[in-house]
Amino acid sequence: MKVLVAVKRVIDYNVKVRVKADNSDVDLANVKMALNPFCEIAVEEAVRLKEAGTADEVVVVSIGSKSCEEQIRTALALGADRGIRIETEDAPDSLSVAKLLEKVVEKEAPGLVILGKQAIDSDNNQTGQMLAALLDRPQGTFASEVNVSGDSVQVTREVDGGLQTVELAMPAIVTTDLRLNEPRYAALPNIMKAKRKPLEVLSPDDLGVSVSSNLTLLRVEPPAERQAGIKVGSVDELLEKLRNEAKVI
Amino acid sequence: MTTLVIAEHDNKELKPVTLNTLAAAQAIGGDVHLLVAGSGCGAVADTAAQIPAVSKVLTADSPAYEHQLAENVSKLVLSIAADYSHILASATTTGKNFLPRVAALLDVNQISDIISVEADDTFKRPIYAGNAIATVQSADAVKVITVRGTAFDAVENSGGSAEISTVGESCDAGISSFVGEELAESDRPELTAASVVVSGGRGMGNGENFDLLYKVADKLGAAVGASRAAVDAGFVPNDMQVGQTGKMVAPDLYIAVGISGAIQHLAGMKDSKIIVAINKDEEAPIFQVADYGLVADLFEAVPELEGKL
Repeated sequence: MKVLVAVKRVIDYNVKVRVKADNSDVDLANVKMALNPFCEIAVEEAVRLKEAGTADEVVVVSIGSKSCEEQIRTALALGADRGIRIETEDAPDSLSVAKLLEKVVEKEAPGLVILGKQAIDSDNNQTGQMLAALLDRPQGTFASEVNVSGDSVQVTREVDGGLQTVELAMPAIVTTDLRLNEPRYAALPNIMKAKRKPLEVLSPDDLGVSVSSNLTLLRVEPPAERQAGIKVGSVDELLEKLRNEAKVI
Repeated sequence: MTTLVIAEHDNKELKPVTLNTLAAAQAIGGDVHLLVAGSGCGAVADTAAQIPAVSKVLTADSPAYEHQLAENVSKLVLSIAADYSHILASATTTGKNFLPRVAALLDVNQISDIISVEADDTFKRPIYAGNAIATVQSADAVKVITVRGTAFDAVENSGGSAEISTVGESCDAGISSFVGEELAESDRPELTAASVVVSGGRGMGNGENFDLLYKVADKLGAAVGASRAAVDAGFVPNDMQVGQTGKMVAPDLYIAVGISGAIQHLAGMKDSKIIVAINKDEEAPIFQVADYGLVADLFEAVPELEGKL
């Protein structure tokens, strides 16, 4: 079985984002970029499936300019076998990404497609579900456990009330939640080896997809700041304030 | 202009978050229809019909919808989508699961997790874990939207009498099935619906110490939450997590105990009306957002608080 993993290059999660002075977007100039944390978990899960003998090849795909090859190489260093980059300029919207991935899936015919549940920049949480819908295949979103057996996969999902397990006919789409696994660190020899692994570049035209969007970003602003309140000296003072000033208990 | 809202429920009761999502629908304007898709969910539809903001309740009752499987519910919504200018669901794990499928099948983008309605085609939504707020405009023919419940005040839930009608053939895609679930059993209110929330962080030290918080919560009729640090440390299960990667809460009173106040956590609770922080580190960032801060050892302060409630 082949596993396809889609990954995204995003701002490093440790970096505090700043909004541009003209409110047109956030400022990404000279900011450290990284593999989206949920995507990293997706790569790790795919590599574990290969190590367990369930998968025989892990293909990683990313969409963007040449710079996102850095993140594809990171995934290759973690154990993926080969990479595909789809050349686009600006960050395409989720629907365009899903359409591009749909064509890659048709070409590669993987048994499983694993994606992060959301990218930590746009926070949309929709690409995996959209891909599943376009392919008319089942989805196991927000996965905390994935078990492949034969031609079906059981996915345990993190839902609001606890955990839900569903069984999906393969090929299926899985999106990762935080507790699915703890990604490994890439060892230096693997980082060196990753540089020699194959990386194919495709254009949206090659895949027959036109990238456009009906969404316009009008403005980006920092969130409203909350004012710090007061320090109280004791539990008694706290209770007095909550009862008589805030009147919440 | 008519908006379709998909109700959140467990086949027995309508979940309160639906009332918040309906408030977003009202802000968009026009008629509002509410779809109740489930199995044996007649009582939910009856409750929904009493909501004054709803002009029509649509029910789809079939075993295929019992567990809100995304493959089936998305096909159902698609089958009735042509009548609507806007399609809304709550940004819960249920709404986030099926609604993007609806969007893709309609060939539009979903506008995720909106926190305000600026115009019927323009919405605000948080990006970068809430560190920036984007205003986005959609030129799509139909707007498919998930709504952050805590950003909208719930609509009234009684006094109306909407017509109830049945829609759709049963849509069973036949490619997925429900195996089982482990839902946290608790007599305490649900985190996202509670008016008081008591949360613990890494400072709690271990899972057993959360008992201190459960005792306080029981006196206040509160729900108990946790920071991601406490979940990652294995103190408590993930469904208790409050934050950007967990649940969004906005209670009247939020008590943060042993929580430093990482931006990730603040994103999930900073819309609370009153925030109390109890932490022994007076430099902890949580104090910058707290209305009342108590610099104290939580293992002394929390039992004292419980005793005096």
